[in-house]
Amino acid sequence: MPKNPNVKRVMVIGSGPIVIGQAAEFDYAGTQACRSLKEEGVEVILVNSNPATIMTDKNIADKVYIEPLTVKVLEQIIEKEKPDSILPTLGGQAGLNLGMELEESGFLAAHNVKLLGTTAATIKKAEDRQEFKDTMEKIGEPCAASKVVETVEDGVAFTNTIGYPVVLRPAYTLGGSGGGIAHNQEELESILENGLRLSRVGQVLVERCIAGWKEIEYEVMRDSAGNCITVCNMENIDPVGVHTGDSIVVAPSQTLGDKEYQMLRTSALNIISELEITGGCNVQFALHPTSFEYCVIEVNPRVSRSSALASKATGYPIAKVAAKIALGYTLDEIKNAITGKTYASFEPTLDYCVVKLPRLPFDKFITAKRTLTTQMKATGEVMSICDNFEGALMKAIRSLEQHVDCLLSYDFSELTLEELKERLKIVDDQRIYVIAEALRKGMDYDTIHEITMIDHWFIDKIAVLVEMEQSLKREPLTLELLKEAKRMEFPDQVIGRLTGIPEEKIRDMRYENGIIAAYKMVDTCAAEFEAATPYYYSVYGGENEAVKTNPPKKVLVLGSGPIRIGQGIEFDYCSVHATWAFSKAGFETIIVNNNPETVSTDFDIADKLYFEPLTPEDVESIVRLEKPDGAVVQFGGQTAIKLTESLMKMGVPILGTKAEDVDAAEDRELFDRILEETEIPRAAGGTVYTAKEAKEVANRLGYPVLVRPSYVLGGQGMQIAISDEEIEEFMGIINRIAQDHPILVDKYLQGKEIEVDAVCDGTDILIPGIMEHIERTGVHSGDSISVYPAPTISDTVKEKIAEYTRRLARALHVKGLINIQFIAIGEDVYVIEVNPRSSRTVPYISKVTGIPIVDLATEVIIGKTIRELGYQPGLQPEAEYFAVKMPVFSFEKIRGAEISLGPEMKSTGECLGIARTFQEALYKAFLGAGVDLPKHKQMIITVKDADKGEAVEIGRRFEKLGYTIYATRSTAAALNEAGVKARKVNKISQESPTVMDLILGHRIDLVIDTPTQGRDKSRDGFLIRRTSIETGVNCITAMDTARALVTSLENANDQFTLIDIASI
Amino acid sequence: MKAFLILEDGTVFTGIHIGADKEIISEIVFNTSMAGYLEVLTDPSYAGQAVCMTYPLIGNYGVCQEDMESQKGWPDGFIVKELSRMPSNFRKDLTLQEFLIRQNIPGIAGIDTRSLTKILREKGTMNGMLTSDEHYDLNTILPKLKAYTTGKVVEKVTCSQPYEIKGAKALADNGPLSGSARFDPNAYAKGKREMRPSLVKKLNGAGKRVALLDFGAKGNIALSLAQRGCDVTVYPALTKAEEIVAGGYDGIMLSNGPGDPKECGSIIAEIKKLYDTDIPIFAICLGHQLMALATGADTFKMKYGHRGGNHPVKDLTTGRVYISSQNHGYVVDTEKLDPGVAKPAFVNVNDGTNEGLIYTGKKIFTVQFHPEACPGPQDSGYLFDRFIEMMEKTLRNGGNNA
Repeated sequence: MPKNPNVKRVMVIGSGPIVIGQAAEFDYAGTQACRSLKEEGVEVILVNSNPATIMTDKNIADKVYIEPLTVKVLEQIIEKEKPDSILPTLGGQAGLNLGMELEESGFLAAHNVKLLGTTAATIKKAEDRQEFKDTMEKIGEPCAASKVVETVEDGVAFTNTIGYPVVLRPAYTLGGSGGGIAHNQEELESILENGLRLSRVGQVLVERCIAGWKEIEYEVMRDSAGNCITVCNMENIDPVGVHTGDSIVVAPSQTLGDKEYQMLRTSALNIISELEITGGCNVQFALHPTSFEYCVIEVNPRVSRSSALASKATGYPIAKVAAKIALGYTLDEIKNAITGKTYASFEPTLDYCVVKLPRLPFDKFITAKRTLTTQMKATGEVMSICDNFEGALMKAIRSLEQHVDCLLSYDFSELTLEELKERLKIVDDQRIYVIAEALRKGMDYDTIHEITMIDHWFIDKIAVLVEMEQSLKREPLTLELLKEAKRMEFPDQVIGRLTGIPEEKIRDMRYENGIIAAYKMVDTCAAEFEAATPYYYSVYGGENEAVKTNPPKKVLVLGSGPIRIGQGIEFDYCSVHATWAFSKAGFETIIVNNNPETVSTDFDIADKLYFEPLTPEDVESIVRLEKPDGAVVQFGGQTAIKLTESLMKMGVPILGTKAEDVDAAEDRELFDRILEETEIPRAAGGTVYTAKEAKEVANRLGYPVLVRPSYVLGGQGMQIAISDEEIEEFMGIINRIAQDHPILVDKYLQGKEIEVDAVCDGTDILIPGIMEHIERTGVHSGDSISVYPAPTISDTVKEKIAEYTRRLARALHVKGLINIQFIAIGEDVYVIEVNPRSSRTVPYISKVTGIPIVDLATEVIIGKTIRELGYQPGLQPEAEYFAVKMPVFSFEKIRGAEISLGPEMKSTGECLGIARTFQEALYKAFLGAGVDLPKHKQMIITVKDADKGEAVEIGRRFEKLGYTIYATRSTAAALNEAGVKARKVNKISQESPTVMDLILGHRIDLVIDTPTQGRDKSRDGFLIRRTSIETGVNCITAMDTARALVTSLENANDQFTLIDIASI
Repeated sequence: MKAFLILEDGTVFTGIHIGADKEIISEIVFNTSMAGYLEVLTDPSYAGQAVCMTYPLIGNYGVCQEDMESQKGWPDGFIVKELSRMPSNFRKDLTLQEFLIRQNIPGIAGIDTRSLTKILREKGTMNGMLTSDEHYDLNTILPKLKAYTTGKVVEKVTCSQPYEIKGAKALADNGPLSGSARFDPNAYAKGKREMRPSLVKKLNGAGKRVALLDFGAKGNIALSLAQRGCDVTVYPALTKAEEIVAGGYDGIMLSNGPGDPKECGSIIAEIKKLYDTDIPIFAICLGHQLMALATGADTFKMKYGHRGGNHPVKDLTTGRVYISSQNHGYVVDTEKLDPGVAKPAFVNVNDGTNEGLIYTGKKIFTVQFHPEACPGPQDSGYLFDRFIEMMEKTLRNGGNNA
């Protein structure tokens, strides 16, 4: 069927801010889909509240609205832009829900807008628990015994008929929010109550527990003619019970015979045929480990995280094909872009093994529970490809960048066999390391399998790695042994540690004997057809297929690895833009990255893609083969920056700012000297290694002080300390991991925090704009609300900031991007930190000013000057509108995480509010972040003494808006004394009703709770904050944020000014 | 022990010896299925060939003997990247290594199978030798390799005596789709192993009698009919047409099989006689090629054939595309097809080669791919139903002689 001629203007809905369960994969899918729609001559109107995405670029869509993703906003955009269709299946669950709401309300029909791709009826059939179950029953596909309940009582009654344990899954939520497994009535009641509240439709599915079964997924495509194929299947190493997003996943399935494989494949095709899905779809199965019994767990009638993984694992561009199907094409009409010979109606076949590991945020939330459940907790993931499973697992481990490089990286050697048995019962991110230790101690496979239900085949593979460790430890390192260790992808460093031979010697031994990485192509067809797309992975012991090219200029772009708090999608945005800019300037571009969710790892972004870990050794292998003329590290976040030194050792010139200048910005002494020379003030401080030194510096400066490790992103480990005890505690936490660099202790200054990103060509600088943070210093810049143009600072301060930026950029010989954070106290400006590289705010400031600074920085790196590029150097004129960047958190997903804001970054994503006035922009930003307040108009205020004055002012404004204020004893007293009516509630330890009962009573919209100093978890405040978050109540922990919120509420308005970003 | 794979073009791969200890010369082909190695090894169509699996991890789920497509292993040799040392599956009877030794199939592991596949793709299928003799001499081996031909293999793989598979028995053994059957831990503990699931939901073939000519038939062809209720009588390849016609069957199935179809001169002559009757005929793979040759069409050898479970075929009557299981090195030449005799019914979406024919004015349709799957996708299993419908219609119209 050819393209539908009636589709000319399509609105694509994005997925909004990055949260756990909905990450960069939708930028990848959306970008690929938009490009594919434009390829077909369709006009694309894009709506997404997330400014860090590539899909919101003006070269990706024709009209771009970075607006809150709410029904009202979408309705207004539809009225303005008059699209003929909407494509809602590429923006994750968020996009899908919105599309459904628009359809169900009749708005789309009234405005003659069609839903493209899968129909609303289908989506409902797949998403509504009861309809889905009925449909499966109709076609004889088994589901676990289950019932949809709307009350806790019904849930308990049903469970009594099928027995504990049961799994609980709220309908229409992301990443399984609010779900869990209940083993008894108490657990059932607690999870159910929460799940019912979080579900968009107030429904929770209570289901027979199939924990321990094999979890198998199929990615399927179907077109409007009914043709269907499976793109790939995947097997979760962690059996059912751990969310697939948190599981170790392998593709294709390893332990299924053809009978099981085809049984489930046929089932998946039957299901999508019955549901009449048009586009991509993901079907999850639980397969009984010792029989053919299976259950359909769920179906995602849209492009998903798993489909991004499947795309990268096979080379099959699911989103692109889904977009073409939505336009009316059938699978046999769409060419396979990888081979150029075959068609999309072809099932990829793999001749390698793919392993995905989740990137879990427990290094950020050290107090959080590490346990993995049906509630997804990973912020991102890494993927690796190898021709053997052991190698793929080893590569994936070191791709995580969590100080792990082999199965010995978490030390459980102190545990006895009995203790290990107990430890194995804990399902967390360290389980494979525990299994490895159990194997080292001689535990048999059956025992490990009985406890973990992990298949024997995987246990054996871990055993193979353990045996190799032992061989390296005990035997002489012969060439045969070295070859075998490299085949399993043991890094030289690990071989060095195990054999006691220096890493360099091992590397020399390899090179002298030709034990080097060879590169194989991902071609969708196991070499059956010739493929033209240079998408490579490494193996040891095979023929090299990577074609050595000799273009005039060749550049290596280092990606940013897995999405994690502090290093998100923004750096992928920068890497991709830099790649495009280099390409435009005539360079051959090579991307190295390991994140399957990103645009940068799409097969047609760079001239060559190496899907590899970002460690010095892995990069060196590529460098030896490709011999690039230079490498660019300033766009790939800390991951890429960390490789600078190694790249220089390999003789690869670093393009742009030199490594020693990057060092100068990080090295305390060098940087102090630069500040002295340039006469720029900063907070006093010193560098330390031990707690003792830290206390000395702190006492010399006077508390409070800021403690942080150097060379980190996202303020990891950064804390404000007010006492010697806290210094002890924080230094202990930082030094749990051996530090290569000193720790910084600075006097904490409180003022307005200002941030700039600038491009410097060595002489001139270009500052697109100055951003001001709403929260005072002390809250990490990534967690602060950031406003452009800076609304409250004077022109003098602005001029000072521009001048300091100029001086610093010059002194550091910056070529490319620089990011600087300042504190403004009155008219004084201090520098906090300088990063001579791209930053989190780069995409945001580029979009709201219309100045493509990554492209400019790339041009500057190549040798152009700012003037040559057509820009006047200096601070650019301010825009006529305001843009507010709002952080978005995923606290509800991480049990036990402290939610109060501080110097360590905690947000997972961001959204943008853009409008003619500051107030409207602020309101939109809050709306986009999901802060949608007035329901009950009741709130709780409980703040520390220092904040009571501000609490009065803020409380008064909320009171005026009609809010009923509850407050704990001393806060209530302060409010009432100042004439703000506040009802006193008891603290948790006092008699009921307490503040906790109030929150649990579901009549509270908002909690303002500023934490007292210290990290004591048992404090009331911590409990109040956690309970609020877990029950879906908005909780604010900084007075500045609270003030911003009340300001936005005072200006709430349903009529928005809509700004097309593409026109800026 | 080291093993060597020596190709006709002089390429030598060095790996580790697996399976039986013997030296063989054979035609080297590759298969791209990611699962289903046992079905490949027991598919008689691989007689006279050594198979390289492109998926690198083979043997992961061991050998479940009930999944064998025939009584024994057929390929001359087996080539893999990595042979699993720890097969894991609840139905596992043997390890793959044990199976290869029992079936006297030698093999090689640890070679770069992707590199081998690329050579076969670029230069076409070629002969090769598997040996563990480190002192091999290319000068004497290469001429031998060039001279090797598969020869008449159908006669080696076909059954020696006719036998019958009763419809009802197959149904009782396998039941309906058993994937949804609840697992019974007590029965399992007592040693009851569930039969593998089947797709069949309807007994539309009940009471119908089918003659299956075995040119090297995969077990699941007869089973696919039997599960639908048909009584199937399997005949040796060299059975005379008269004998089959005399059996008064409602339909005839021509099976898959190994080798060059043009080597099957006498069989082709018998098939021509079957063509001349009015009995509904459904043919698969070699059967499809033989019917084409019997009716004046031609076949040719493809560069490296189709072997795998991911080939898209388009049903030209409906426009629908199905993913199919394939295993063939020869193909019917549609250029030389007489439209008065037969028209293409299926086409390969990738390379446009013929995948099926429908015979003009006849109750005959034939396909190049494998609707019986095993290994591979079950998407085209509906063709058995189409065959049953064809028999049903003929019966309604008064039988074959009306």
